[in-house]
Amino acid sequence: MNLYAVRAIYLFEMHRTWRTMWQSIVSPVVSTALYFVVFGAALGSRISEIEGVAYGNFIVPGLIMMSLLTQSISNASFGIYFPKFVGTIYELLSAPVSFVEIVLAYVGAAATKSIILGLVILATAYGFRYFTAAPLAIMHPIWMLVFLFLTSFTFSLFGFIIGIWADGFEKLQLVPLLIVQPLTFLGGSFYTITMLPGVWKKVALFDPVVYLISGFRWAFFGITDVNVGVSLAAIGGFLAFCIFIVWRIFATGYRLKA
Amino acid sequence: MAEPVISVSHLDKTYRGGFQALKDINLEIEKGEIFALLGPNGAGKTTLISIICGIVNPSQGTVKAAGFDIVKQFRQARSRIGLVPQELTTDAFETVWNTTSFSRGLFGKPSNPAHIEKTLKSLSLWDKKDNQLRTLSGGMKRRVMIAKALSHEPEILFLDEPTAGVDVELRRDMWEVVRQLRADGVTIILTTHYIEEAEEMADRVGVISKGEIILVEEKAELMHKLGKKHLKLQLAEPLRAIPEALKDYGLTLSDNGLELTFTYDTKAERTGIATLMKALSDAGVRLKDLSTDQSSLEQIFVDLVKQRAGAFR
Repeated sequence: MNLYAVRAIYLFEMHRTWRTMWQSIVSPVVSTALYFVVFGAALGSRISEIEGVAYGNFIVPGLIMMSLLTQSISNASFGIYFPKFVGTIYELLSAPVSFVEIVLAYVGAAATKSIILGLVILATAYGFRYFTAAPLAIMHPIWMLVFLFLTSFTFSLFGFIIGIWADGFEKLQLVPLLIVQPLTFLGGSFYTITMLPGVWKKVALFDPVVYLISGFRWAFFGITDVNVGVSLAAIGGFLAFCIFIVWRIFATGYRLKA
Repeated sequence: MAEPVISVSHLDKTYRGGFQALKDINLEIEKGEIFALLGPNGAGKTTLISIICGIVNPSQGTVKAAGFDIVKQFRQARSRIGLVPQELTTDAFETVWNTTSFSRGLFGKPSNPAHIEKTLKSLSLWDKKDNQLRTLSGGMKRRVMIAKALSHEPEILFLDEPTAGVDVELRRDMWEVVRQLRADGVTIILTTHYIEEAEEMADRVGVISKGEIILVEEKAELMHKLGKKHLKLQLAEPLRAIPEALKDYGLTLSDNGLELTFTYDTKAERTGIATLMKALSDAGVRLKDLSTDQSSLEQIFVDLVKQRAGAFR
C-alpha cells in the first residue's frame, strides 16, 4: 500500500478545498440558509408540524441530505475530471499507485468535504432553531453520523464514476442537474411521501433518495417513510454497485488509459 | 555485460480504431547512458514512452524497467521512473513547492524538504518556489515538470521532447541538468526530432519511424552516416555523360544533363570539393550556379526506411 501517495492526493484535494473555500463550503451553506428561510419560515407558518415534528426541524435532514448528495457528486467528479481535462492525470497514471489507493484518496477527500459541509449545515440549522419553541434535537446521533458518512462516501464514489465517464463539462453537470436534483426534490426533502396524492406515493418508492432521506430523518426524529433497515440496505446496495463499477473502470482502463 | 536498465521485447500497440502505433519493438537501454529516441512527428516515440511509464496499455509484448515487469511489478518499476511529458500540464493554482512535494509523495517517498530544495535549486526554481504555476513562463513551467519528475529520485528519467518550444538559453541549461544527472548515475531517455539535440546529448541514438525501430547505433557512428551533404552544380551547357576525368568523384548527372551532384562528408578531413572544382575546370565544364544541401532528418528517415525495406527484399 502506497500510503504516501494516498496521503499526498488526499492533502492535495483538501488543499484545493480550502483554496476554494467560498464555493466549496460557504455557498452551499448560504443556499441552505435560504431554503431554510423560504421553506422553514414561509411554509412553516402554514404547516406547523408533521407527525409531531415542528416543520422547521422536519426539513433539516432533507436539506442536509440534499447538500450531501449534490456536493459529494460535484466534489468527487470535479476532483478526478479536472486532472483529465488539464492533462495532469499523466502523473497519476505513471505513479506507483493502485486503483484502490486512487479511489481511497479522491473519494476520501470528497467525502471528508461533504461530511464537514453536512456538519456545518447542521450547526447552521441548529442555530436557526435554537431560539424557537422547538429547538432541534437528534434522537439517534450515532445513526445520524452513520447515515452521514455512508451517504457521503457512496455519493462521492458515484461522483468519481461520473468524473471518469465525463468527457466534457456538460456531462459533468448532466447527472447532478438532471437526475440527482429532481430525485432529491421528489425524495421528500420537504415533506413525507405520505403527503403525496394517490399514485405518486407508489411512484416515489422508485426514487432511491426517498430511502436516504427517510433513514436520515429517522435518526433525527424516529419517524420514517420506509423501514430503516430498507434505507440502510438501499445505501449499502448502491455503495456496492458503485464499488463494482469503479473496479471495472480500473480493470479495463476505461476513459483513463488508451 | 550488465543487465539493461530497460528492456523492451516484442512490443506492439494497436489503438482502438485499428491504428498500429508500435510494431514489434525490441530495445535495450544500458544503465547510466543517455539514449535519444529520434523520429518524425507521429512515429510512435510518445506511445513507446507512455507504455513504459504506465500511461498507455501495451497490446502485446513485455517491458522491464530496472529488472521489474512494468505490468506485474508496476510499483517497483514505476517508483524508479521519472517522466517529463511533452505537454506542459500543470495545476495552475498550486505553488512550485507544493506541486513538487506532491509528486514525491505520489511516487511513494516520505517527504524530504532538503531533496526538493536541492532539485529546485539545480533547476533555478528556488526563488519561484512560492509562486503559483500560472504565473510562470513556459520555460519555467517546463523546469517545474522536470523538478516533479526528479522529486522522487528516479533511476530512469524520460524526457519527451524536452526542448520543444524552449529558447536557446533554457535549452543549454537543460542539457547541463541532463549531464549532471547522468554524472549522478541516472539513465536518461529523451525523444526529439532535433538531430542537433541528439548530437549534443546522446551516447546512443535509436531511430523510430512509423512505429518501428529502424536502427540503434552509437551516436558517433550515426552522425558519420548522417553527416553527408550534396553539392549541386548547375551547368551552363548540358552534358551527355560524366567526363572520363571526373569518374572518380562519384558524381551523378541529372536526366536533362544540366546538373551534377557531388556527395561529400562534412565530417571528413578533406571534402574533396577543391580538387573537384579544379578537375571540372580542367575538363572544361562551365558552371552557371552551385548550391549545397544537407539531407533533412525527414529525408534521412525516408532513406533509412527504404534501405530497410530493401534489406528484406
